[in-house]
Amino acid sequence: MSTSAWCRALVLLLAALPAAAQERRSGYDDAGPQVRAMQDDDMANPAFLWVRQGEALWERRVGEAGKSCADCHGAVSEMRGVAARFPEFDAARGRVVTLEQRVNLCRTDFQGAPALAPESDALLGIMAVVGLQSRGMPVAVEVSGAAAEAVARGEAFFRLRQGQLNLSCAQCHDQLAGQSLAGSRIPQGHPNGYPIYRLEWQGMGSLHRRLRACLVGVRAEPLGRDDALLGDLELYLAARAAGLKVETPGVRP
Amino acid sequence: MAVKPLLSVPREVKAGVPFEVRILIQHPMETGFRRDAVGGVIARDIIHTFECSVEGEEVFAARLEPAIAANPYLAFSARLERSGTMLLRWVDDHGVEAQERVDIRVV
Repeated sequence: MSTSAWCRALVLLLAALPAAAQERRSGYDDAGPQVRAMQDDDMANPAFLWVRQGEALWERRVGEAGKSCADCHGAVSEMRGVAARFPEFDAARGRVVTLEQRVNLCRTDFQGAPALAPESDALLGIMAVVGLQSRGMPVAVEVSGAAAEAVARGEAFFRLRQGQLNLSCAQCHDQLAGQSLAGSRIPQGHPNGYPIYRLEWQGMGSLHRRLRACLVGVRAEPLGRDDALLGDLELYLAARAAGLKVETPGVRP
Repeated sequence: MAVKPLLSVPREVKAGVPFEVRILIQHPMETGFRRDAVGGVIARDIIHTFECSVEGEEVFAARLEPAIAANPYLAFSARLERSGTMLLRWVDDHGVEAQERVDIRVV
C-alpha cells in the first residue's frame, strides 16, 4: 500500500473512532469510589430500604380482587430477567409500556386497586425489588418488529436539540460523555441502574424523574408521565445500553 | 410505612475481639432550614439521639446534627466479654422512638 493510501486509511479510521471508541460505560464507572462502594455493599446501599418495602408489598393482598403480586406471579425471584427486557412494546396498546406503567396496569386491571402514586415509596419499592431480580443480567430489550418505530422515535427525541439552551441529549451523553460539567463527569446516560438512590435527591427516584431533571436542566418542556414519547425514549435508552449489566438498585451522586 | 433498618451485627463473636456494627436507618433528616412552596419553614425532623447498649451497658452513642444526610448510616466497633442482647435505640424530633434487639453469643 502506498503512503497516501495509508494516510487515507488512517483518516478513515480516525473518522470512525468517535463512534467506535465510545465503549458503553455504566454511570457506575463514572461515579466516585465512595459512591461505587455504597452500591457494591447491599448493607450500605440505602436503596435496599426500598427493596425491603417492595418485598413486603409483593406479598400484600390489595384491591377489590384481594390479590397480591405473589398470587399471580409467585415468589418475586420469578421476576428474574423481567427488568432486563423492559420497557417493552405492547402490541395490544400500540405503545411502549415501561416497568412502572406495567406495575400500575397490574394494579388497576388485575388487582382492582388504585394506581400507585408516581415516585411514591411503594411504587419505587416494587420497581426496585423487581429490578433487583435481574441484577447482573445484560440489558436486552426487544427492538425489532413493531418496537422498531418506537425506538426510532425515541432516538429522534434523543438527538433533538431543544429547550432554551438548545441542547440535545446526544450532545452531552454521546459527544461529550466522559468530559466534565461543573466538576462532575458526564456519564453516557444509561438506564441500567433504575430506580436509583441518588445522593443529590437524598432518596430514591425513577428514570422519569431523572429525564425530567435533564429536560428541565436544558430548559425544555419535560415529558409527561403518560406521554407515549416517554416510553419511546426509555426504550431507545435501553436499546442504547444493550449488553450493560442491570445494576438495580444503583447509587448515583 | 415504617421500614426496618438495614442492620448488620454478627450473631456470634469471639470474647474481647472487636467486631463491626452497621446500621442504615430510613429517615428524612429534615434540616429545619428548608422552606416549602409557600415560604413556610419546614420543621426540623432529625434523629437526634442514637444509643447502643448491651445488657444495660452503653457501648456506643451518637448525637446527630442537621447536616447529616437523609437515611443516616452509622458504623462502629464494639467488643464483648459475655453473651448478651444488644439494644440499638434512636429518637427523632417528633419523639418517635425506635429500637432493634440482637442476641449476640460469645464463643
